[in-house]
Amino acid sequence: MLNRRGLLKAAGVGAVLASTGLPLAGCGNSAGGPDGDLRVVMANHVWTTAIRKRIPEFADLARRRVLVSTMTADQLSSTYNVKLNASAPDVDVMMYRPLQEQLLFARNGWLADLTDQVSGEPGYDWADFQPASRERTTVAGKVFGVPVVTERPTLYYRRDLVPDGRPPATLAEMFDTAVRLHNPAAGLHGFVGRGQRAGAVTMFSSYLYSFGGAFTAEGRSGIGTPEAIAAYGYYGRLLREAGPIGATNMTLEQVTPIFAQGKAVFAIDADAVYRNFIDPATSVVGDRTGFGAFPAGPAGSRPFNVPSWGLTINAFSERRDAAWEFIRWATSREMVLALQAEGVPGARLSAWRDPAALAKFPPELAASMTASIQTGVGADRPDVVQVGRARDIVGRPLVASILGQDVVAAAADASQQLDAFLVRDARQRKI
Amino acid sequence: MPAATLQQEQRRLKWAMLSPALFFIIAMIAFPLFYTAYLSTTDAFGAVNAHRSFLGLTNFSDALSDTRRFWPAVARTAVFTVAAVVLELCLGLAVAMLLRRPFGGMRWVRTILMVPLLATPVAVGVLWLLILDPTVGIANHLLGLVGIPPQPFLGSVAESLPTLVLIDVWQWTPMMTLLLLAGLSTLPEEPEEAALIDGASGWQRFRLVTVPMLMPVIITSLVLRSVDALKTFDLIYATKGPGGGSSNEAETLNVYAYGLTFDYQEYGLAASVLVLFTVFIVLIVIALRRRSAKDQP
Repeated sequence: MLNRRGLLKAAGVGAVLASTGLPLAGCGNSAGGPDGDLRVVMANHVWTTAIRKRIPEFADLARRRVLVSTMTADQLSSTYNVKLNASAPDVDVMMYRPLQEQLLFARNGWLADLTDQVSGEPGYDWADFQPASRERTTVAGKVFGVPVVTERPTLYYRRDLVPDGRPPATLAEMFDTAVRLHNPAAGLHGFVGRGQRAGAVTMFSSYLYSFGGAFTAEGRSGIGTPEAIAAYGYYGRLLREAGPIGATNMTLEQVTPIFAQGKAVFAIDADAVYRNFIDPATSVVGDRTGFGAFPAGPAGSRPFNVPSWGLTINAFSERRDAAWEFIRWATSREMVLALQAEGVPGARLSAWRDPAALAKFPPELAASMTASIQTGVGADRPDVVQVGRARDIVGRPLVASILGQDVVAAAADASQQLDAFLVRDARQRKI
Repeated sequence: MPAATLQQEQRRLKWAMLSPALFFIIAMIAFPLFYTAYLSTTDAFGAVNAHRSFLGLTNFSDALSDTRRFWPAVARTAVFTVAAVVLELCLGLAVAMLLRRPFGGMRWVRTILMVPLLATPVAVGVLWLLILDPTVGIANHLLGLVGIPPQPFLGSVAESLPTLVLIDVWQWTPMMTLLLLAGLSTLPEEPEEAALIDGASGWQRFRLVTVPMLMPVIITSLVLRSVDALKTFDLIYATKGPGGGSSNEAETLNVYAYGLTFDYQEYGLAASVLVLFTVFIVLIVIALRRRSAKDQP
């Protein structure tokens, strides 16, 4: 006979089985708790490919299984949003974009404070990281992440097509050459670059700085200034008059194959992904591709130089000590040097000072990188909590410019919107 | 055993058996719905579990007075749904009429028609993104062979939504064909034969006999596809990226709500958009069901 207690038991067991059946099935025999498997989530990136080969070494050292998942940058961001909103402990080490996510994640209390670890660890030498990189992973005096990859824009050009086989020194020179060589009927475009509203903002930042502009200045919008309008006008005209059609839908995923298939004379994009432009498996022009420093604008050559990716620890992780062990191992002086020697630009000054670590890069690219580090600006997007909305706002005049619309009006409208946004955003900055 | 006790025990057993399903419905359907409705009345930002204040209906008034993103997204959702579903219905009906009578190789034709249905929308999106790439895609290469200049397709503000409609039509017309074919196979042949004897032309038989008899199936197919088309997200996101493109040219309500959630972390406003979206869908389904009830003999 089923009495009240029996009913409750049956209902409880049924409900628990219904709610936990699938997760239990998915768990396999992986262990939880402080001694369990270390779960690392990474982006699809050249750094990930390089470090992944070495992870078995760490697993042996730590005597712990390391489970790695990889995904695209957007997927990674959405995954963190879902998991961390639920205070999920099933991610320990997170690869993240300090300039995109750090302020928001730190404000939400999702990141572990690593200040004691980075500064108290003997031999780790936190001061060896580039000052701009350290600054970008520090919020309100607390260190929330360790940079693993640094990026700068570099000029990719076709040595066999440009005059004298040399890269243009100025933006004006690049524009003239690009327009002159632009011949879409023959399948050749003068320039290819990102044009998607939010996606193009990071690359556009170098044009903005080189024209003497800035996204923000003293807490107010900087995108309505004459310098910013000139930069918007230049980039839009470059893509409109020398770029492929459909430029406003282009991200790195479109830029790379267009250049690699020999359909563009110039491209400007991140140096960390240079292999994609010259890899013989995907590029037909790898042997004819040259590298140059970011061409100078009216305010000189001011490319960004940023820690594009870093490692951090989930504040809800049960394996924080093991997670730090992993980060310490992956960002040690020796490891950064080894990865840089394989062509992955890191954030440690010692690696950049070591000629052996630069030997793997094509000499022109190494020179371009070193030059950019000297003159680089430590940000490639507005420094705000809600980076996604800010990128959409500052990207609107860029799209208007590419489409041949009124840039001045678009910049004025966007600037007004950015001012209102910055007031709201400042209230959200409390960590 | 007394009858009353037996009845009581059966009632308990019934609840015990139902409890897993009930728990699942409450946890997976009722709770998210009510929680979304609750979030829509707050200023939740950054993290769902962070401190939030009650705003009442402010998010709804903000959304409803937003002529920059919300109302254009509503219009695009409506245009995309109506255009895709109408084209799918017309083409689906035409193909179903062709496949209605048996012919040699019919099984092969039906199998080939089903192929687009098997692919996931993201895979379909990526596939068409590569085909329609303005610079390195095969579509412009083929157009070039017949002297047509390259088209921007998904790279154009004006052409993006029509292109997405055509991709949706390519993928989902077979589904409409299947549903209508099933409906056609149940229709009696006598009315058509009577119309033929009375001298009705093929078009008259189709318009005045077949379509009216098929109307309940057509309405059901329209409801099913409309609800699906209204919710289209993956295809648009895979081809146009965040915000439905640089000028929000393909931003539907779903894409807008996703952007508010994952790109902007404005959970309160996103929840209010989703609540409004749900209300729109319910109203459309009710309208279509009423129309269906009217058409019933």
